[in-house]
Amino acid sequence: MSAVPLGMPSFPDAAREATRNPTLRRNLRHATHTIRDRRAAAVAELDDWAELRAAGAAIKDRTLRHLDTYLEQAEAAVVAAGGHVHWAADAAEANRIVTDLVRATGETEVVKVKSMATQEIGLNEALAEAGITAYETDLAELIVQLGDDRPSHILVPAIHRNRTEIRDIFRDAMGEWGIPAPDGMSDDPRELAEAARLHLREKFLRAKVGVSGANFLVAETGTLVVVESEGNGRMCLTLPETLISVVGIEKVVPTWRDLEVFLQLLPRSSTAERMNPYTSTWTGVTDGDGPRAFHLVLLDNGRTSILADEVGRQTLRCIRCSACLNVCPVYERAGGHAYGSVYPGPIGAILTPQLRGTGSAVDASLPYASTLCGACYDVCPVAIDIPEVLVHLREKVTAQRGHVIERSALRAAAWAMRDPKRYTALQRAAAAGTRALHPRRLPLPGWGKAWTDTRDLPAVPKESFRTWWQRRDTSGGTK
Amino acid sequence: MRVGLFLTCVNDTLYPRTGQATVALLERLGCDVDFPLAQTCCGQMHWNTGYGRQVEPMVRGFAETFAGYDAVVTPSGSCGAMIRDNHPRAAARSGDAALADAVAAVVPKVHELSEFLVDVLGVTDVGAYFPHRVAYHPTCHSLRLMRLGDRPTALLRNVRGLELVDLPGAEECCGFGGTFAVKNPDVSAAMGADKIRNAEAAGAEVLCAADNSCLMHLGGMLTRRQGAVRTLHLAEILAATEADPGGLTWAGVRNGARG
Repeated sequence: MSAVPLGMPSFPDAAREATRNPTLRRNLRHATHTIRDRRAAAVAELDDWAELRAAGAAIKDRTLRHLDTYLEQAEAAVVAAGGHVHWAADAAEANRIVTDLVRATGETEVVKVKSMATQEIGLNEALAEAGITAYETDLAELIVQLGDDRPSHILVPAIHRNRTEIRDIFRDAMGEWGIPAPDGMSDDPRELAEAARLHLREKFLRAKVGVSGANFLVAETGTLVVVESEGNGRMCLTLPETLISVVGIEKVVPTWRDLEVFLQLLPRSSTAERMNPYTSTWTGVTDGDGPRAFHLVLLDNGRTSILADEVGRQTLRCIRCSACLNVCPVYERAGGHAYGSVYPGPIGAILTPQLRGTGSAVDASLPYASTLCGACYDVCPVAIDIPEVLVHLREKVTAQRGHVIERSALRAAAWAMRDPKRYTALQRAAAAGTRALHPRRLPLPGWGKAWTDTRDLPAVPKESFRTWWQRRDTSGGTK
Repeated sequence: MRVGLFLTCVNDTLYPRTGQATVALLERLGCDVDFPLAQTCCGQMHWNTGYGRQVEPMVRGFAETFAGYDAVVTPSGSCGAMIRDNHPRAAARSGDAALADAVAAVVPKVHELSEFLVDVLGVTDVGAYFPHRVAYHPTCHSLRLMRLGDRPTALLRNVRGLELVDLPGAEECCGFGGTFAVKNPDVSAAMGADKIRNAEAAGAEVLCAADNSCLMHLGGMLTRRQGAVRTLHLAEILAATEADPGGLTWAGVRNGARG
């Protein structure tokens, strides 16, 4: 994965800023609640949703168990259909392969289908260094690119923007990138969409090279599948002479019958649609129809090491629907940028630390960016137990250096909890100690202050339950 | 039926009144309640903060302490879920087959309070009286881990005098999340503020839940803002009766044990 953004603060610090931005809070609340409610309604229509979800998880697990077999089967099928297959161990290798392929065409610009894998490896930046301009053509990705911004959502990268902000971005930046926005454009969604259509159409018609990711790769025929809502993806996949697709190795599914399950799970989970609007499939190259050259770049970039982790490997089932983001109360208030990665929200909190490790401040804080409320697990269409993986990653973080005070305090508590006598003594000490601290604010930095900045400490009763119980027991009580 | 009360360390230390209410309620319904003094903590804070390797002695202690009861009742959805979901995992990880067997034997007997009342005792009307407007917050672990469903609200609807009001956004987390509350205090407070706003909008006098840890967070915010809503554990509402609406007989107020 590309490196941690320079100067990226830890999650709590970045989230603090977001919680104090009323426009951002309003935009996120409106957007996440709207799509959350629509998803719930779309899922409730199917009485076999639980079975579909179990099937999706089972297919992914089986595929991951035999990943080498299915990848080689897919490679052979793509080659047989006239495509070329490249294997990239990491982001640098994938970027080098794509850059070389574009250079070989003699072109200096490419049009892009919305793709998480190319975001993950920082492909646009790598191409820019080689003098190649990549134009994002997904409407939300276009907003992010024109605004010199970072995506904050997997499905809706500009979810943090409202339409007035989008109007301003289009008006100010479209001219620098191509066809400018019409004079006097309002923030009416239809006018904004029309401006984007005119701006992008010119790019589609001019571009000789398209770059995409893929939602699925069907091993039995070597067919790639892109699922999108706007039709811009289909333009990029069909008009250019050369098509390069960067695809994570976990995207493979064995057969078309397996694909059928995901084409039900994905639209309802991501956009709350019964059926996906634009589903493009292609297999190698076809004479007189679509690109004349097709390259598939299979990307590992840390996935094999995730696969080796018995608890963490379920993360690779993810189909990037983003239902977990839309339902997450922490994402709703912290926003996507706080996660310091192209993968925000609950799935990002488990995926990013596995792809990048937990060495940086933000990556070590991501497993803690959750209350473990479980809403993400409930909506996940492939049943990734995100809370379980979060706790698993927390254990990795606490095993690293640091956390001296926290580790000592918890070890002492564990020692006390091991023995009822010690526990009772600790209980008495805590009661005596905190009673003296009223009026319920703790000035010193650390957990105490973090609690009492916004909350009173609970009043500690003079008598614990167990003391009362023993007193009642000896006095005969009401028993 | 001989019932072992697993009160939880938070309730034992900070909310004895919840324990007293649970005892009064269960005895009123004919249970023989015992509070084994060997009990300490379920280990949830350690487990969820990333110190899972330290919980084995707590898991062992729980299994040994509660082995001899017909049923184990806890007035905490969160600690109940820790025992049900994670004690078997911790035992498996220890590599100690005897511990795994002991945990496997005790776990099916563990019930959160409302679960025990509705599923085991088969009652939804516990003879309670509480003439107030109450909003029920189904805490995350009660809702999504213990799957308590409508059991708590079924019990509340049968309380005489009680008006149950709808809590907007009820299923959203309150922002407590154990150490999340202090590791991510700003997001935690933002979530808590929304929950409180919803309770106020619902016109509730009392915000009720089956978990005092979440109520400690919400109650701490409410007292800081001097809000009109107060927090109360489900057990304390169910234990209140027309003859004793304040729980004077069961709370043993002699030493001022009020929580």
